[in-house]
Amino acid sequence: MYEVFYRSLFRIRRVEEEVAKIYPSDKIKSPVHLSIGQEAVAVGACEALRPTDVVFGTYRGHALYLAKHGNLKKMIAELYGKVTGCAKGKGGSMHLVDAAAGFMGTSAVVGTTIPHAVGYAYAMRLQRRETVVASFFGDGAVDEGIFSESLNFAALKRLPLIFICENNFYSIHSHQLARQPASNIVERARAYAIPADRIEDNDVLRIYDVVKRAAEAIRAGTSGPRFLECMTYRWKEHVGPNDDFDKGYRSITEAEPWFAKDQVKRIRDLLVREIRERIEAEVEAEIREAFEFAERSPFPPDEELYTDVFAEATQWSAS
Amino acid sequence: MERILTYAEAVREATEQEMARDPSVIVLGIGVDDFKAVYGTTRGLLEKFGPERVFDTPLSEDGMTGVAIGAAMAGLRPIHVHIRMDFVMLAMNQIVNIAAKARYMYGGTVSVPIVVRSVIGRSWGQGAQHSQALQALFMHVPGLRVVAPSTPYDAKGCLIMSIRDDNPVMFIEHRMLHSQRGHVPSDLYAVPFGKARVLAKGSDITLVGISYMTVECLRAQRYLGEVGISAEVIDPVCLSPLDIETILTSVKKTGRLLLVDSGWTVCGASAEILAQVAEHLQGMPQIRWQRMGFAPVPCPTTKNLENLFYPNAQTVASTAFAMVHDNQRSWVPVHKEASEIVEFKGPF
Repeated sequence: MYEVFYRSLFRIRRVEEEVAKIYPSDKIKSPVHLSIGQEAVAVGACEALRPTDVVFGTYRGHALYLAKHGNLKKMIAELYGKVTGCAKGKGGSMHLVDAAAGFMGTSAVVGTTIPHAVGYAYAMRLQRRETVVASFFGDGAVDEGIFSESLNFAALKRLPLIFICENNFYSIHSHQLARQPASNIVERARAYAIPADRIEDNDVLRIYDVVKRAAEAIRAGTSGPRFLECMTYRWKEHVGPNDDFDKGYRSITEAEPWFAKDQVKRIRDLLVREIRERIEAEVEAEIREAFEFAERSPFPPDEELYTDVFAEATQWSAS
Repeated sequence: MERILTYAEAVREATEQEMARDPSVIVLGIGVDDFKAVYGTTRGLLEKFGPERVFDTPLSEDGMTGVAIGAAMAGLRPIHVHIRMDFVMLAMNQIVNIAAKARYMYGGTVSVPIVVRSVIGRSWGQGAQHSQALQALFMHVPGLRVVAPSTPYDAKGCLIMSIRDDNPVMFIEHRMLHSQRGHVPSDLYAVPFGKARVLAKGSDITLVGISYMTVECLRAQRYLGEVGISAEVIDPVCLSPLDIETILTSVKKTGRLLLVDSGWTVCGASAEILAQVAEHLQGMPQIRWQRMGFAPVPCPTTKNLENLFYPNAQTVASTAFAMVHDNQRSWVPVHKEASEIVEFKGPF
């Protein structure tokens, strides 16, 4: 199991580092919100879900996309704006999607995908499927009215859904306590009678356990929606590849405890060297290949500007 | 033999028949399962299809639109009903930022086949926040279909089309149309998007009425006929995509175009239609055009001001008359207030 966790954690970390490295070249001509530091939430949760389960995420979505086993080549090509990307270059980093992997898409407007997870879960219930849906969002999304609207309806209908709040303390540069009267997001879920846990230390194994138990209870029909608040920390600036501890809104002192509980390092240290090195070599090769694929892929042809606005005429004919 | 239904019955029948045909169709919205049944348009659906497929919602327009979108991504075909279009303003984020864009920004891998039904229009002192007709806001956004049928026949056919279409559709129905009666076949049929209807042939002036204003334009056409003016009346039916060709053909024939919207004119549906006509027909200086719509104010509740706020058959006819006579003559037909307006009583 540690091997699985390490492969996913290391893969995300290294992809993000490569994105950060290539970013100043301007080959990626659109915003990227890096997941470095927050990998554990996506990895712990997604490994606890089935491949057929479905997740919805945010514009800081690289970790979730990769943790849900989204296609890496298509992701990097998407960042490069290439036609081989997961959205043909029309979505970029903020609109990653891989429906085949159960990664249903991310949005650049905070909070907007939360109800999509709820609606998807409603459909799963109606179609009598075993699928569990997970909604990932940040502490900023909790400020939005749609957060409450979504929790209320999910609880009302007892939907097969796990809400996962990645609380990294900041909405852009605004601290949670500048926006909310207390650090008690988990309590808000309880107000809707949704069983809720808060995990303080970014512990990937604990996140895995809690999500695993929640998914099992939901699938067994003994539980409605569950809620998980995962305290975590963004290491890089809000958007872009740089550090920003010198900008005044947060300090390196605040970050240091989070560096110390780095889950990539933690799980690496649990593996024997031989296994670790094999995983790392395989991941490095995969990443190299993905960037090469993106580099040599073509940009979308001009006519792609006008495709995918509407679905083409449906299969039946109008009379 | 003709089978006569009201517009509201046609909407209900289309929904019921599509729900029976396709188990992925669901209906949600505030009040869809109550005894009022949104002017009767959802009556009996709960009993027939059960509470999983027909359900009342919390007062969470944005959230429930998102729920509909998520359900659509999972293969359902939700019909989200709003008894006032004013309430759809609370859902603009999900409609404009997600529904309209999901297919494009996810590279064609995601479909959002939702229908957002909303009721617009005048009646009985509903005032500034219960009577708006904001179709133009949705026409502005690529990725949304906007349809506003005016007859019971088209109400049924367009709703069936909207349900089956794989795109988000704004289905707009005017409250004063709900009681209109007309021929509606009992079988399933779809009215295609982007095809206008010529409801009356004429040679002197083209009247284009949007939604309920089609009815007033037809009345105006009869008034005009009494003073020897032959008006052609066109119902665009679908506002996005817009069938501009049918309107152009008519305007080239009549040389005069009067657009009558059931909404405001500024940046409105009439502005868009006129802009497209102008782009196509520039260099033809003999063409005259004019627009009518809501007065450029919020809607008042008191009856005498409300009457001034809306165009009607009388004001349409007298405007058309003046246009035909190059503003050299004026005339106001004897006008009786439309029965559907007189008969409609609130407070609901």
